Amino acid sequence: MLFLQFLISGILTGGIYGLIGVSIVIIYKSTQIFNFAVGTLMTFGGLVCVFLLSTFNLPFWLALIFTLMLCGALGALIERSFLRPLLAQPILTLIMATLAIESILRGAMLMIWTGYTVSFPQGVLPGKTFFVGPLFISFEFLYAFAVALITFALIGLFFYKTHTGLRMRVTAESHDVAMSLGVNITKIFAATWMLAAAVGAISGIFIGNRMGLQVSITSAVAFKALPAIIFGGLDSLAGAIIGGFIVGVLEKLAGGYIDPKVAEITPYIILLLVLMIRPEGLFGQKRVERI
Amino acid sequence: MWRPCGTIDDSYEKDLAIVRTPLQWILMITGLLVLFLMPYWVSPVMLNTINLIGISIIALHGVNILTGMTGQITLGQASFMAVGSYSMVLMVKYWGLSFWVATPIAMLVAGAVGIIVGLPSLRIKGFYLALATLAAQFIIPWLIVNVRPDLTGGADTLTVPSPTIGGFKFSSQESIFYLCMGTAVLVTCFTRNIQRSRFGRVFVAIRDNDLAAEIMGISIVRYKLLSFFLCSAFAGLAGSLYAIWMRGISVDHFTLEESIWYLGMLIVGGMGSVSGVVFGATLIRSLNILVSYVGPFIGSFFPAATSLAIETGMGPVIFGLVVLSFLILEPKGLARIWERFKAFYRLWPFSY
Repeated sequence: MLFLQFLISGILTGGIYGLIGVSIVIIYKSTQIFNFAVGTLMTFGGLVCVFLLSTFNLPFWLALIFTLMLCGALGALIERSFLRPLLAQPILTLIMATLAIESILRGAMLMIWTGYTVSFPQGVLPGKTFFVGPLFISFEFLYAFAVALITFALIGLFFYKTHTGLRMRVTAESHDVAMSLGVNITKIFAATWMLAAAVGAISGIFIGNRMGLQVSITSAVAFKALPAIIFGGLDSLAGAIIGGFIVGVLEKLAGGYIDPKVAEITPYIILLLVLMIRPEGLFGQKRVERI
Repeated sequence: MWRPCGTIDDSYEKDLAIVRTPLQWILMITGLLVLFLMPYWVSPVMLNTINLIGISIIALHGVNILTGMTGQITLGQASFMAVGSYSMVLMVKYWGLSFWVATPIAMLVAGAVGIIVGLPSLRIKGFYLALATLAAQFIIPWLIVNVRPDLTGGADTLTVPSPTIGGFKFSSQESIFYLCMGTAVLVTCFTRNIQRSRFGRVFVAIRDNDLAAEIMGISIVRYKLLSFFLCSAFAGLAGSLYAIWMRGISVDHFTLEESIWYLGMLIVGGMGSVSGVVFGATLIRSLNILVSYVGPFIGSFFPAATSLAIETGMGPVIFGLVVLSFLILEPKGLARIWERFKAFYRLWPFSY
C-alpha cells in the first residue's frame, strides 16, 4: 500500500520533471545547446503569472496565456541577443553562455521579486487533497500531472502534424540539410526557444502553485530534471517524459524506504549511474565518433 | 611562442628561461615587491579581498589545467574545495596534526576524490561530463552534511584554529596575506612549468583531439585522471587556505554558484593561459567588491525592501553580463587583450 502511495506521488511529481526535461530537449535537439537557464526561465514564468493574477486580478486562463506569451518573447529575446552570435561555438562556450544567462535572469528576478517566497493567491485552482481508498492524492500535483500530459500531447501534435514542427524536426536532424531545403533555421531557433520557454513557464506555474516560488530554490528544482533527460536520452522527447516519471518515482521510493534526506540526492546518484553505464540513455542516439 | 626581437639565446638555459629580457626582470621584481609590500599600503578591507583573490587564483589554476588545458569541463570545483577544507580542518581538530602537515594530506584527499569524479571522463565528454561533475557538486556537500554530522557539524559552521609556526600565529589578515599570496605565486610558477613541459603538451593534445592523441601513444586514462588530480589537489589547497581565511567553514560556502563563478573567471581571463587565470580571478573578485559598494548606493534611491533586493541581485547580473560580453566579443579573454597590448607596445611607433 505504502509502495503504491510512493508510486502515485512519484508519478505526479515526475510529470513536472518531464515538462522541464521536454523544455531542455526541444532546445538541445534543434540548436545543440544545453540550456542550463531552464530553471530560472521556469521561475520567471511562475512569478510573472503570480504578478498578473495578484496585481491585475486576471482570471487564471487569461493570466496563463499572457504568461506564456511573455515567456515566449523572453525566450526569443535570449536566443536573438545572446545565443545567435554564439552559433556553432565550442561546447564550453555554450554551457557558460547559458549559465551566464541563468545568472543574469536570477539576479534580475532577485531585484524585482526579492529573495522571499512568493505564493500563489488562494483558490486560483480549486480543490484540495483527496483520498482514493487509502491513497492520498494532492490536487495540485494532479493538476500538474494533467497539464503535463496535455502539454506532451500538444507538443507531439505540433511536431508531427504542423509545418513548423516538420521544419523543427529537419533542423534537429541536420542544419545543413534543413538550410538546403529552404528552411530558415534562424527563425526555427527563435521558435524553438519560444516554445521551450513557454513549456518551462507552465512547469513553473504548477510548481509555484504547489510549493510557492523562491528565486534560488525553485530554480534549483530544474537540476533534478537533468537525470530525467539523461535517463531517457538527451535527444528524445519521449525519453524525457518517461525519464521524468522514473526519476520522480525513484526519488519518492528512496525518500520513503531509506531516508527522506536521501531523496535530495537520489536524482544525482541516478545521473552518475546512467552516465557511467549507458551515457546515451534509454532512447537516445548512440553517438558514433568520426575521425 | 612569441619571442621579443633582438634577444638571442646562445645557451640552452637562456632558451628555457621564462623571464628573458632585462625589462621583464625589472617588471617582475618590481611587481613582486609591490605585491608583497601590499599590507603596508592598502586598507585592511582591501587586503581581505586581495586574500580572497589569492585563494581564487590557486583554485582557478586547477580549473585552468582541467578545463582550459585538457578540455574537460568541470562544474564541481567548489565541492573539491569543500573536500580539501573539511579534511584539513578535521585532521587538525581530531588528529591534532598541524596545518602544515594537514594541508598536503588534504590536497591528496581532494585529489583522490577528484580522480573518482573524473572516472566517468574516460567514457564521456562534453555536456555529459559537465553533468557528471554537476552531480558531484550536489553529492559531496550532501555527504559532508549527512554522513558524520557529529564530526563535520552538519550544516553548521566549523571553526578553524589559526596555524602557527615557531610561536608565530597566522591570525591577522597581513600574515594570511603572505601565506595566500606566497602560495599563489608558487602555484602560478608551478602551473606555468606544467604548461610548457611534457604534461602541458599532452593535456593540450588531449583537448584538441583525444583520439589523435591516443593514436600518438599518449595514455588518455593516465593523463585525464592526472589532470583531474591536479585540478582537485589545487582546489584542496585553495580550500585549506580558504578555511584559514574564513576562520570557519560550512558547506554553504561551496555552492554550485561558486563553481560556476570559477568557470566564468576562466572565460574572462582566457582559457588555457596562466596569466589569464590571474587576470580573470582579479577582475571578477574585484567586480564583486565594487558591486558591494555600488549596490547600496544605487539601492539608496529606492525604498528599503527594494534596495536590499537590488544589492543581492546586482552581483549575479553583473557577473552574467561580463561573462557573456567576453564570450561574444573576446572569447580568448583578458589574456588575449594583454598579448595584443604587448605586441602594440613592442612595435609602438612603427607598427607596420
